[in-house]
Amino acid sequence: MATEAATLAEQIISHAAGKRVYPGDLVIVPVDRCMTHDSLTPEVIDALHQDLGVEHIFDPSRVVVVMDHVAPASSVATANAQVKVRQWVAQEGIEHFYQVGKGICHQVMIEEGLVQPGQIALGTDSHATAYGAVCAFGTGVGTRDMALTLATGRTWFRVPETICIQVKGRFPELVSAKDLSLHLCGLLGMDGATYKAIEFHGLDWLPLDERITLCSMTTELGAKAGLIPPSEKEAPPWLGVHPGASYERTITVDLTNLVPLIAVPHQVDQVQPVAEVEGVPVDQVFLGTCTNGRLSDLRAAARLLKGKHIAKGVRMLVIPASHRVLKQAAADGTLSILLEAGATIGTPGCGPCIGRHMGVLGAGEVCLSTGNRNFRGRMGSPEARIYLGSPETAAATALTGHITDPRKI
Amino acid sequence: MARIWLFGANIDTDQILPGRYAPYMTSESALRQYPFIEARPEFASTVAPGDIIVAGANFGCGSSREYAPRALKLVGIAAIIAPSFARIFYRNALNLGLPLFEADLTSVLQDGQKVTLDISEPSLTLLDGKKIPLPSPPEWVRRTWEEGGLLAYYRRHRRLPLEERP
Repeated sequence: MATEAATLAEQIISHAAGKRVYPGDLVIVPVDRCMTHDSLTPEVIDALHQDLGVEHIFDPSRVVVVMDHVAPASSVATANAQVKVRQWVAQEGIEHFYQVGKGICHQVMIEEGLVQPGQIALGTDSHATAYGAVCAFGTGVGTRDMALTLATGRTWFRVPETICIQVKGRFPELVSAKDLSLHLCGLLGMDGATYKAIEFHGLDWLPLDERITLCSMTTELGAKAGLIPPSEKEAPPWLGVHPGASYERTITVDLTNLVPLIAVPHQVDQVQPVAEVEGVPVDQVFLGTCTNGRLSDLRAAARLLKGKHIAKGVRMLVIPASHRVLKQAAADGTLSILLEAGATIGTPGCGPCIGRHMGVLGAGEVCLSTGNRNFRGRMGSPEARIYLGSPETAAATALTGHITDPRKI
Repeated sequence: MARIWLFGANIDTDQILPGRYAPYMTSESALRQYPFIEARPEFASTVAPGDIIVAGANFGCGSSREYAPRALKLVGIAAIIAPSFARIFYRNALNLGLPLFEADLTSVLQDGQKVTLDISEPSLTLLDGKKIPLPSPPEWVRRTWEEGGLLAYYRRHRRLPLEERP
């Protein structure tokens, strides 16, 4: 469709719109995939029936429902809400329905191949930007937005400008994709990419697990989408990097200079080298989430924890991002290393990231989380303090009981 | 007269409505009790219909939870004025018919100040008669507000405001 050089976001939206679109254009496009989860589907159902007066959804085959946010249910209220979701899924004939323990919605979307390069996918969760790891235009929406798309099969976008992150070099030992994400948060700030897309170049070598980490974290910059170019094998012929595409700005990052980084309370863009925050005692270490709960994350932690034991007084929660990750970690020995080291394992899903169950923090507690947000009250008490780091930093911190640079283990 | 509620920059949806107080965890009928329950505990009990939030940049960042702007609408917030809004929050507010204005008034207005809001000719009028103009929204956004949000618009017209025909 696009005969002139275009960014990945422009290519995908142009293809969907059936015409060349430019940053700032308002367009209405069909949506390939709609993902919604246990926590917000009840509101989506109400918006469909009550606000829109629509009885049935446009196309059940495009819809994915995942039970991950508070699953298994933590209370009668959440259990009742999940009953409502399951009844609706059955009534509408939604086949892509994933039960408790299947995994975090974004991980399931990618693992099950439910998002493909060049597609447009909406999720009722801000970390839907993760789908950019397979070069899909994934973005988060609220419940009424989702209801409107479920009713009509389409949505509206303002075509975003694109910021290009040109990556050079490779990660030093014990530095990983999370550190690159935190580096960008510190550099650009929490609204550094608001309304915009981010495109990563120079990462052809980066495994899928870490691509998902990078793309999921672009929402912390305010981005509408975060996209990594697909390999030629998997991309539709019209999708790829166009030399000469127009970027709002290009930021070059040399990975060889990167060190382990940490976001300190209470904002994701309050980023410092781990070495400068060392010594802060922690109560809980949480390894998991759509940002860092994959097999490579569990393995990175296990490499540091092997044959050792976490510090007395620290609890370490490991929540694999999916059932598949859990099975693989069990099969390759990663799980037993983590268990031997004193960690405990939770049902695959969102865990305590949103402060609703499975590891909520009390007043005065400190948590080192591999998640994506450290807002006040995010994981429980507003008097708790959350630090965000990589799986490597999480493992090192669990071993010593205080925030520790993994290069010192 | 409307009261101004002044907030800083980067007000995230966890501050507006912590996830633990989601309708999913509590109940829909309790939602109006919870906006800013921890960040500003007096807000929910003292806010009056027609009041206005004035904040710094990136208002509504973080989680996509629509019940954050919905709770603000439920307690009667008439408009939010900030230099920029997080994109999901912006869309949620449009869907709900909650007017947002992009302007930086945090150094001009004070918390508790009384003003009069005019949405049709967007402006604030202060007690001394001074008028502060607000940026005019695009015509389709204004129509959407008038009809009570994008879903109400779709329900009535069976098309989106930007669509020429269904």
